[in-house]
Parts: sequence; C-alpha cells; structure tokens
Amino acid sequence: MLRYTLRRLLTMIPTLIAISIIVFVIIQLPPGDYLESHIATMQAQGESVDQKKIAFLREQYGLDQPMWKQYLTWATGFVQGDLGYSFEYDLPVTEVVGDRMFLTILISVVTIIFTWLIAFPIGIYSATHQYSWGDYGLTFIGFIGLATPNFLLALVMLYLANVHFGTSIGGLMDPEYIDQPWSTAKLLSVLEHLWIPVVVIGTSGTAAMIRRLRANLLDELEKQYVTTGRAKGLPPGKLLRKYPLRMALNFFVADIGNLLPGIISGAEVVAVVLSLPTTGPLLIASLQSQDMYLAGSFLMFLAILTVIGMLISDLLLAMLDPRIRLQGAPAK
Amino acid sequence: MSEPKTPHFVSREPFDPHSVEKLTPAQEELYLASQWRLMWWKLKRHKLALVSGFVLALFYLVAAFAEWVAPYDLHTRNARFIHAPPQAVHLFHEGKFVGPFVYGYNYKLNMSTLKREFTVDPDNVQPLRFFCEGDPYHFWGLFESRFHLFCPSVNAMKYERAGQTFNLSGQGGTVFLLGTDRLGRDLLSRIIYGSRISLTIGLVGIAVSFILGIVIGGLAGYFGGWIDALVQRVIEVLRSFPEIPLWMALSAVLPVTWSPLLIFLGITVILAMLDWTGLARAVRSKLMALREEDYCTAAQLLGARPRRIIGRHLLPGFMSHLIASASLSIPGMILGETALSFLGLGLRPPITSWGVLLNEAQNINVVALYPWLMLPVVPVVIIILAFNFFGDGLRDAADPYKT
Amino acid sequence: MSEPLLSVRDLRVVFQMATGEIEALHGVDFDIQPGSTVALVGESGSGKSVTAQAVMGILPANARITSGQLIFNDPLSGASTDIASLPADSSQLQDIRGGRISIIFQEPMVSLSPLHTVGDQVSEALFLHHDVTRAQGMEQTEAMLEMVGFPNPARALRTYPFELSGGLRQRAMIAMALVCRPSLLIADEPTTALDVTVQAQILNLIRDLQSELKMALLLITHDLGVVANMAQTVVVMYHGRIVESGTAVDLFKDPGHPYLSALFKAVPRFGMAASERLVPVRTIEHELGEHFQSPASQALQTGPLLDVRHLCKTFTIRGTGLFGRNESTRVKAVDDVSFSIQRGECLGLVGESGCGKTTVSKILMRALSPDSGSVEFHDGQGPVNLFGLDDDAMMAMRRKMQLIFQDPFSSLSPRMTVFDIVREPLVIHQRGDTASQRELVQELMRLVGLDPRFLSRYPHSFSGGQRQRISIARALALQPQLLICDEPVSALDVSIQAQVLNLLKDLKAELGLTYLFISHNLAVIDYIADRVAVMHRGRLVEMASRDQLFSNPAHPYTRSLLQAVPHPDLAKPLDFEAITASGGSDPTQWPTAFQLDADSDSQWLDLGQGHRVRARTNANPGEIMQ
Repeated sequence: MLRYTLRRLLTMIPTLIAISIIVFVIIQLPPGDYLESHIATMQAQGESVDQKKIAFLREQYGLDQPMWKQYLTWATGFVQGDLGYSFEYDLPVTEVVGDRMFLTILISVVTIIFTWLIAFPIGIYSATHQYSWGDYGLTFIGFIGLATPNFLLALVMLYLANVHFGTSIGGLMDPEYIDQPWSTAKLLSVLEHLWIPVVVIGTSGTAAMIRRLRANLLDELEKQYVTTGRAKGLPPGKLLRKYPLRMALNFFVADIGNLLPGIISGAEVVAVVLSLPTTGPLLIASLQSQDMYLAGSFLMFLAILTVIGMLISDLLLAMLDPRIRLQGAPAK
Repeated sequence: MSEPKTPHFVSREPFDPHSVEKLTPAQEELYLASQWRLMWWKLKRHKLALVSGFVLALFYLVAAFAEWVAPYDLHTRNARFIHAPPQAVHLFHEGKFVGPFVYGYNYKLNMSTLKREFTVDPDNVQPLRFFCEGDPYHFWGLFESRFHLFCPSVNAMKYERAGQTFNLSGQGGTVFLLGTDRLGRDLLSRIIYGSRISLTIGLVGIAVSFILGIVIGGLAGYFGGWIDALVQRVIEVLRSFPEIPLWMALSAVLPVTWSPLLIFLGITVILAMLDWTGLARAVRSKLMALREEDYCTAAQLLGARPRRIIGRHLLPGFMSHLIASASLSIPGMILGETALSFLGLGLRPPITSWGVLLNEAQNINVVALYPWLMLPVVPVVIIILAFNFFGDGLRDAADPYKT
Repeated sequence: MSEPLLSVRDLRVVFQMATGEIEALHGVDFDIQPGSTVALVGESGSGKSVTAQAVMGILPANARITSGQLIFNDPLSGASTDIASLPADSSQLQDIRGGRISIIFQEPMVSLSPLHTVGDQVSEALFLHHDVTRAQGMEQTEAMLEMVGFPNPARALRTYPFELSGGLRQRAMIAMALVCRPSLLIADEPTTALDVTVQAQILNLIRDLQSELKMALLLITHDLGVVANMAQTVVVMYHGRIVESGTAVDLFKDPGHPYLSALFKAVPRFGMAASERLVPVRTIEHELGEHFQSPASQALQTGPLLDVRHLCKTFTIRGTGLFGRNESTRVKAVDDVSFSIQRGECLGLVGESGCGKTTVSKILMRALSPDSGSVEFHDGQGPVNLFGLDDDAMMAMRRKMQLIFQDPFSSLSPRMTVFDIVREPLVIHQRGDTASQRELVQELMRLVGLDPRFLSRYPHSFSGGQRQRISIARALALQPQLLICDEPVSALDVSIQAQVLNLLKDLKAELGLTYLFISHNLAVIDYIADRVAVMHRGRLVEMASRDQLFSNPAHPYTRSLLQAVPHPDLAKPLDFEAITASGGSDPTQWPTAFQLDADSDSQWLDLGQGHRVRARTNANPGEIMQ
C-alpha cells in the first residue's frame, strides 16, 4: 500500500509539470508581454507609469529572458507559493485571491458529498427496481438534470427566488461578512448560503452519476458471484449490501475522476451567475482583461485541485480494492 | 449404503437429433440481416430514441431553412417594441373562429418606473398569414426571397386607424411569439437563426474531434508501445483540466480582431481539442479488444495487410460504437459553446447562437423584468435531451450481437 | 426403502424472452436418494443447469416454474418441503439454500467475489445457518479448508480468490458449499474448466467428502467419463426432456434411447482400433469438388514437411514495482522445442493449459517471433527457413499453411457473411475473378458438409460445430499443405466433437493434408494423431507414435496425464492413488531421473522406434523404464 501510494505520488509529478507547461503556453499566447500592453494602456490613459515598479516586475518575472527561463521562474515561484502578480489589481496574486481558493475547495468538496448522498440511494433504487415506474421517473428527472446547463439552472433559481420571495439568493454569505475575518458567525452564514450553489452545481453531476451507478450496478447484479451469494442462502438485502454494493462502492470512488473536472467547471461558471466570492468571477474577469498571470494561477490551481482529487480517489480505491492493493493491477 | 433400485426409464417419444438445430422463419430472417439492419431493428425498439431522432431531424431542418421558418430577419429591429413580451396565438375572437391570430399591443412608457409597459389590446385582431411575403432575405446566399412560413398580419386594423407606421418591414401587425429583446428584435426568429450556429458547432466540433480521436486513438491502439504510453499520458493530462475554465482561457486568447467566422472556427477547434480524448480512449480500447479477436488474427495469418484488417475487420467492429459515443458527446460541445458565449468569452455578436442570446439574460434584473429572454434555454435543453436519448439508443443498438 | 432426499416431479420452467415465452424444461422427473450420486447428462442447452437452478431456487429473473414439484425431505429435521411452491426469497427457502442444499459452479474465479477474503466467503454460510460464535465459526472454516486440501488453511482464510490457482479456487468453492454440511450438493460442471490432472484430484476430493459427510450429490456434466467414475444413477436430458434414466450400470451396459447410444458412439475412447470411426449424433455428408480432387502428387512425396529446431520464446511479465522494469519476471513459454512433422502425418501436441502449446502454434504461423531456433518448411524444392522470408515470400508461404482456432465464436467476424468470410483468403491472395471465387466458395461449403445456401447468412446463426466447419472451409480455401489445429474441438459439445473430428480425419486422407493437432484431450489425440508429442511447462518431455505412447508411456507426466483421464467405461475407473503416486504435473514429485532444474542438463533418451523421452543426461535407461 505504501509502495502504491509512493508510486502514485511519483506519477503525479510529470502530470503536474505537463499541466504547468500547458498553462504557461496559454499565458504566453497573446502577442507581446503584459507589461508592454499594460504600460501602453496606462500611457494611453494619460497615467504616469511607475518605472521603478515596472523594472522590478520585469526583473522578477524575467520578462526580458528566454521563454524557458520565464517558465522556470513562474513554475518555481508557484511551488514556493508565489502565484505571480496581477496587473489588473496591481497586487500579488496571492493577495487578490484571498480566501477565494478556500471557498472554491469548500464548494467542490461539499458538492461531491451532496452528489454522493443523492446519487447513491437513487442509483441503487433505480438498479434494483429496473424498469419500474420509480426507475423511469428518476431516470427522466436525471436526464433533465443532465440536459440543463447549470448556469441556466442558476439563472432559473435566481429568477424563481426573485419572483416568489423577492430576494436575491446570490453570494455565499450575508453581505455584512464580506471582507470580514473568519468567525463562527461568518462560517455559519457561509453554510447557510452554500446549499444553493451546491444544488445548482451538483445537479448535472448527480444525474450523470446516477446513470453510471445504475448501469454499473446492473452489471454487477448479473455477475456469477451474486448467484453464489444467493445460493448460500443470503437474504436479498444483505446480499445486495455485501456484494454488489461493495463492488459498486469501488466504482463510486473511482468515479471522482469523472466527476471532479465537471464540478470544478460548473463551479466556475455558476459562480459568475450567482456572484459567489470564489475563483470563478475573478478567473473570468482576468481572462476578459487578459490579466494572464492571475488567470494562469487560477487555471493551475484548478488543475491541481483536480489532480489531487484524482489522487485521493485512487488511494481510496486502492484501500477498498485488494486487487489494486496487492497486485497493482487496475480493477477490471 | 442401501441402494434403492432405480428403474431404467427410456423415453418413448420420437427422437430427432436435429431438432435443436431447426430454425423458425423469424430466426431465418434474423440470420440474413447485416449488422446495420440488426442495429436498426434494435434501435426501432427504443421508442424514446426514435422520437429523439425525429426531434433532432426537425431541429436541423428548421436550422437549414431558418430564413423561411423565421417570421423576421435576424437583425430586423422594431423600435416601438423593445422588450415586448411574447404574444400568444389565439383561434377564437369573442367566441368567433378567426383562425390563428394575435392581439396587438398598446404601448406606454411608465414615467414613474421608466418601464415600457405593453398591454394587450383586445380589439386589435391580427390574423397570421401563412406562406407569405415578409422580410427579404438572401437564401443560403443563393437568391433573394421574401417568402416565409408565416408572417404578421398586413391589415392590423387598429393601428391603421391610428395611422401609425411602426416597423421597418413595413407590414401591418406584429408576431412576437416569444417576445423581443432590447433592440426590439423578434426572439423566436433569433432563436431559429441562432440554431444554425448552435447546432452546427456541435457537428463541426464533433467532426474535428472524431478525426483527432480516430487518428490518435487508432495509432495508440494499433501500434501500442511507446506511442500508446505517450498518448495515454497526454490524455490523462488533458482530462485533469476542468474543461470549461480551459475553454475559457483558450477562447480568451483568440484575437479580438478576428472576423466572426474565424472566431466561430476557433471556438469549434478549441471545443474539439479537449473533447477528442474521450473518443480516442474509446477507439483505443475497442481496437485493442478487437485486435485480440481470433478473426483478426485469422486475417493476419491469411496475409491480409494492415489496411485490409483495419478496413474490413476493425472499423466495422467499432464504427457503430464510435458513432454512438460521438452522438453522446455532441451535447457537451453545444453546452460548452452556450456556456462560453453566455459568459461573453465565446461567440460575439453579430454572430448569433443560443449562448449569445442568453448572454443578454446574464443579469438578474433583466431576468426578473423580461423573463422571456431566458427562453433560448428551452431549445438547448430539448436538443441536449434529444442527443442524449438518441445516443443512448444508438449505444444500446451498437452491439447487435450482444444478447 | 427410504424416501428420496429430493423428488423432482413434472418440473416445467418457462423463460420470458423478447420474442415470447420459451419452455426450457418440459416436465422433468427424477429422484435423488440420500447419500447417492445422480449424474445429470446432456449437451449445452439441454436444460441441466436450469434444473439445478430450479432446485436451488436461484433461477434467473426472467424464468419461472410453471408447474411441478420439488419435494425436499430433510433427513435432519424430517420435514418435507416443496421448494417449487416457495417464493424465491422466502425465509424457508433461504434456510434450505446453502444450509441443506448447496451448489458449486463451473467457473470458480467468477463465482467468488474478488473483494472478500476466502475466509469471509467460506464462513459466511456458517454464520447464516448455524448459531456459532465468531471464533467457533472461523475454527470450523479453517478445519473445512484443511479438509478440502488447503496446504496452509490459517493463511488461506486471509487470502483473496485472485491469489489462488484454479484448482485451489475450486477447492475454496467446495469448502464454501460444504461448510454447513448440507445433505445435498449440486455440482454444476465442477471440473470442466480445470486441467485433467486437477480434475482427477477434485473428483476424488468430492467423492471422499461425500462419503465422509454422508451427503447426496447431483452432478451436472457433459462428460460421460466423469459420469462413469462418480454416479450411481444417471439421468440423460435432451432439449428440456429426460430421455433416459436409471442406474449407471444399466445405462452404460444397455443404453436404451437412441440419443444415449449415439452419445456413446460419439465419444472418443482410448484403445479404439485404428479403423474404428466415431459416429456423430448428427452426421454430415461432405463431397469433394473438382478443385479438391487428386492429392496424389503431394501424397506420394515422403520426408518431413516441417522441421522445428530448438525454438525458444521467453515472455517478460511486467513487474508492478516502484520502478517498473526491475521486478519484471521472465517466463520461458517455449524452451528448446524441436520436432518435425512428416508429410501426410498428424502430429498431436498434448499439454495442460499454459504449457506453451499455443505459443508454439503462433510461432509456426509467424504471429510471434521466437528468441532463437528455426522452422523449416520443405516445399519439395528444398527447405525454406520461415524466419528468413521477406514479406512477399511469406505471403506465398501463408498459402501453404493455415490455422484453425479453438473458439468458433471469436474466429469468424460477426459482421461479414459466410460468403465473405470463406472468400476472404481468395481476395487477399487475388485468386480468380468474382465468378470463379463464388464457385470455389460453394465447393468449399460442400467440402465441409454445409449447404451453400447458407452463404448469405451471418455467423451468429450457426452452432459451434457449424462455425468450426466454416473455419475449416476458410482455412482450406487456398489449398494449404499444413493445417495447424489449435484445440479445434475443445469448445464443442461431445455430440458435435465427433462431427468435426471425422471431417478433419477424412479431409486429411482425401486431400493429403498434414496436421499439427494441439489438444489437452488425450482421447481426442488418440483418435486423430499418428504421432504424439507431450509438452510440459514449455518443454517437450516425450515423443512417440500413438500406439507406443498410449500403451507404454515412459515419462511420469505422460503417465499421470493418461491415468487422470476418466473413461466412459464402468470397468475402467480412475485410480486416484496411482495418479497421486506418479506425481502429476509437479516435477518435484517425479523420479529423480526426470527432474530437470536449471543446472542439470537434459537429453532425449531414445527408447527405440522413434519413442523418445526427456531425462537427465546421466540417467540410465533402466531407471527410466522401471
């Protein structure tokens, strides 16, 4: 197990390096460097440019140096927690970001838990009651959930809340807590607001997971070892719990890999509609204003989040599945 | 052990050793059917998939003949009808059958709230015209025409009495079945025109990612070894990006100076660039499984060249699966485009897609005041549902030899 | 006379299919007496497994019992229950299932959950049906694992099924079925997936346990040899009906129903006279067309057709260690294999699964390249080295040798019509135009006894035997000289085997073909081969003519193989002690003269008349012949 963990951690490194290179290339794609365009804009607006600061930044990011050196500076800075400099906000990215990253993680994790809590029982019900009315109904709702883009769902919910309650349900905390230091009251307020984005973001993922879980469980129910269990005289409920569900649990954990990118994607877009103080709105703003270091850091952060999520899912899976633990072979 | 005597029983019924090999006529028919026939039979049993296929065909037909189906041109502005709510179609006026018609609007600017208020005028009956002349258009860039499926009424009685001229098309009444936007453009017409972009972006995108997926996945699956390892790693890296943020980043990079058409192509390529991974994986695993089948080995041992093996044995084996998974990944692209355009990072006006239309509904105040601006959601949901159901049916039918 | 343990009366089972209802059992009657063994015999699809499932109450969801009774008289409680009348998930049935009646399946790997330990799965039934504490339960489980022959039962409790060999998995399955000491054990093809030596051990084990636990056995099998060795009572099923039943003695001596007597005539046995032919249950007629007439020119030539010299092939199994490659293990799949096949001869290659015989066939067809060694094909114009050929020459060579696969379901593309399949070799090698190809394909169909009208059908419409004949037609299309048959009948029912074997035998004589016939079934080899090579863990260990090998085997492995084959003959029961004594497939149990390890040299010892056996260099012939 320790070996497996180590190996899995080692394979993460090339993946992360590859991701960082892709992100860096994206940052570099627009013509010119940012300082140039930044200076140009500021001069065009008749503002004075702090030459000292420009020089400092130019040196800091080695913008006059070859591409690979710039990459190394950026990447090593990233490893050390220096996320770069936001030109738009004129601040280091770390300060701009504040606790947005934490909130993004919070929303993602809570959404995964929400997805599981909903998908697991429904998936089991659908599979064990295949072709019943309940199955059809749940499948249909699931399809609707799958087909409705979550940002539109957010819009609809905003609209309905506005029409019926006359309130805005945007944001992730009551206004008085914004920019306040963390406290119990603030946390409670966050939790109070959390459910809306979680439901909105989680819907399509939940629907997709129900369908995958149902298909997977149906496959497992056909397996010979289930018949063996039945032949031992196991009552149906116990049989279901001990064998197919146990097997489906593996699939469930492994499915984080499918789920996570979708959830993070969804969280970013929904955040814009619901004006959540997560990375989403800032990411989009930074992309629109071509504040590329900020955008790059966000992208990198989101990708790392996904990679770590997949790592956790793989490790959990190894714990659950002796075939991986003992043989290192993927579960087939 | 006391051995009870078991009697020796022999069945007296007539014995036909060939009885297990006899075929019924239904079986005969089944056995003469090619794989595509079998798939069609299997798909036919999947009613929802059939209905969805029909819906899809309808949508694409409408998109193809958008100029004719839409009552207005994409850019026709009705300055007097800014943010007009949808007009309902009626058949009876005061108990009398009139045929399909709409009631005209009375318009007033509420000075206190500064809101435009439209009230239905119950005396203003505007019968719809069918197969009629309306806004001129250049059909497929081929010829000029003014012919539409339906148009607003010419003789809107009340308005003529009031002697007002009110829209650029110079006709009498109005027909805004889904309301108008902030420039007074008919939303239904814009949705119909928008379907062209929204529906084709999925197809063009899937075509690009299909080619990428088959070539890359095929290389990995057929040659294996380090090519396979490399492809696997690349796919792994691409898949650990959350799609939409990466799409956003890439489309933000597209130069503002590009023409709308270039932007459209750029967005399509961006969507396809991340989407091919799923298809490539499917191709690769299917190829590896099929390559192990004895019939492929048999062809190899007969001396068949790779081209023949791929063309005659491998491709027919997984083409159906590929088509099914492709049709299941079209909705993702349509959604992707919609999301990007909605956020203002994708297509930009004057190109009109459903996402671009929805971009106007981004603001909660707009949504609260003019909820019909959210209506482009409806075709999005329908088309995605239809693709999902249809793709599901195709996937079930894709392997006709599975019992 | 005591009352029967289980009485099956007029059992009818219906399956709900997409096309309508299909009755799988049309009224089945038989009894099982306490402590006795009843064998249920029949080909696949005859309804034997459905009967077992009905008795256990584990029919698939789309099947139901429409009429009949399954009276189970529990000797322990004296209670009499009609299983057929109980709902599948009733608590009464659950008590019987696994507690009083239990079952073992054919495929132990898929029948065990890979995520639970052996101990967990074996003890489960015990905790369900008996009121025991955890410690007692585990103790009893351990004792049961020891009883079924686990070398280290305490350790076995904690292992997972995928860590065990096939034989041990089946032992675990048996332990699981027997842990509650049921009064009836149903064994559904318990040894079909196992090698013959392992099969003998498992059969022996079941018999021992049966007498020790005083339980009855319902044995489902298609192998009349297994029946002869195990059963007192035999029930023969065909197409959902019982066609014959009675004591084993009665049925083996005097089969009354045409189906059973046909089965006996269709099964290859040891010691058949060279001229004796098997009679398939369903005979086929085949005819030679004009393209396939005179083989005279080939048959007249003598000398070897194929010379195989010192083939070696090592596979590297990738390790899963921290740094990958370091821990990879190398397995010698083929180790210094040499043999030659004479023109017009059938060489049988025998060995258990994983011994490397399929690897040899792949190397011969150049689907794999060997690490070293040579293969020479004698084409009348001097030897041709197969591995020295360029692509064009190899293309020409492919016309001269063809392969027939084991699995008739995977070897034909389901998406091509039979016509396209049989025609494919002609297209690849550009033989003739479409019209002449069509004519030749029709002739090929008649050659293998198939109606040319079938040509526009797709393969999924054919039975296994028919598909195998289509494969043969395809292989013969280019009129090859050598056919490599890789287990061509092992996936077929006994009733079909004879059909294909006879066809191959006839074609060999009529067309002057040469065969390399690979099989694990010694009786089949005995029927078709002229000379036999025995393979064990990548090496050939014995080569001899058919007569010599079967009458006078020299190598301990060959002997145990021969001893382990169950004969469909009550007069020749398996001698379990002898099998154990000869050492089976484990080289450490062999006499020292045959033990070969890395540092001891081996040589071929000639015993005369081409009978050769592999032994230590310094072993003396007296020791070998004992």
